[in-house]
Amino acid sequence: MADEVVLLDTFFSMFGMRARLALAEKGIEYEYKEENLGDKSPVLLEMNPVHKKIPVLIHNGKPVCESLIIVQYIDEVWKDNNSPSLLPSDPYQKAQARFWADFVDKKLYDAGRRLCTTKGDELETAKKDFIEVLKLLEAELGEKSYFGGENFGFGDVALITYSNWFYSYETCGNFSVEEHCPKLMEWVKRCMEKESVSKSLADPKKIYDSILVFKKKHGFE
Amino acid sequence: MAANKVVLLDCHFSMFGMRARIALAEKGVDYEYREQNLFDKSALLLEMNPVHKKIPVLVHNGKPVCESMNIVEYIDEVWKNNNSSSLLPSDPYQRSQARFWADFVDQKVRLFIYYLFIAPILCRKRMWLKKGEEQEAAKKELLDALKLLEGELGNKRYFGGDSFGFADVALVPFYTWFYAYENLGNFSIEEHCPKLIEWGKRCVQKESVSKSLSDPHKTYEFIVGLRKKFGIE
Repeated sequence: MADEVVLLDTFFSMFGMRARLALAEKGIEYEYKEENLGDKSPVLLEMNPVHKKIPVLIHNGKPVCESLIIVQYIDEVWKDNNSPSLLPSDPYQKAQARFWADFVDKKLYDAGRRLCTTKGDELETAKKDFIEVLKLLEAELGEKSYFGGENFGFGDVALITYSNWFYSYETCGNFSVEEHCPKLMEWVKRCMEKESVSKSLADPKKIYDSILVFKKKHGFE
Repeated sequence: MAANKVVLLDCHFSMFGMRARIALAEKGVDYEYREQNLFDKSALLLEMNPVHKKIPVLVHNGKPVCESMNIVEYIDEVWKNNNSSSLLPSDPYQRSQARFWADFVDQKVRLFIYYLFIAPILCRKRMWLKKGEEQEAAKKELLDALKLLEGELGNKRYFGGDSFGFADVALVPFYTWFYAYENLGNFSIEEHCPKLIEWGKRCVQKESVSKSLSDPHKTYEFIVGLRKKFGIE
């Protein structure tokens, strides 16, 4: 029986990109459906009635929601495909990978959002917080090629999808990520050499354009 | 082979800590419990969880695991051959559903905390709000979340189906805080979510749960004390 895989997503979402990336890593064919978050489709509302958010992976008609849960699901279902697991097999290493993915979600998203939507003192605080989080992540990366060690893994998937938003954060906050976290930017470039990554991430300038539209719409100028 | 040394840094009334305790009890793991004072954090806690500086922290042979559901998953994997069924199902789709509902509980936790600690302070500070308005809004959101969970439970014995599982572990510590919410908010959760209360009572019949949860009345006193400390009532 052929697998039917559909992804409900929006092009600029760093959460949606994680799902795309995991599918690409496993070489899974799927149908991509772009959602308009200002006018949510009946499919989205039916498949994610609790949160009404993207991404939603629909596998043979059954929905999986929440980006990191989707990535773990993809990693488990297609574990025999010709690519190493995104999550390590050792329970302790797995726990560490999950911890850092969770850290990214708890700290980076909020600081990034504030960078794009605030001014003055609030913006300066957001910038400080954002850089602090990146520095902590850079320290965790250390001398490793990837957060997963030798291989691109779960922690890398969680964070790399923010990298195409860096241009937007830097422009809004008037700072340079490379200046504060050069090793992290090296890691970004290393990840971007992987085809699965470069084809899953959106164009940074297009993301910035969509942020400008959002800011205008919601009066954040 | 070195003996397994397991230490849990925790606080007796913490819903997050209870999750770790339940998982360890389910697997019959011997461990050393160390009560932490969150107003004067120990050097060990700061060393083992430098990123968040929070409990619970499971320290297994000297290596720390942080974040409660992460700890539960770790325990489920490391001690998977112990005489008890897995907390997470083996089927990937069922696993994703269990993780989803555990995550839903975590996303809504802020509502419980907000209701008990933040809303009362805001009510006091924002004099132009009708007394209790913030509280009522928070109470409604909380009940909506509980009703959704009750809907998901349906007619199953547990969120995990026939067996007590991952999502049950995520939610059951909140059951012990229900008494406090009801008394402080002057409402009955049983009235709105009777099946959820039945589920709670069923879970507490399990020894791993009853010995891991704090007593509801003592929890209520603890919360009252904490609120006083923050200048509420």
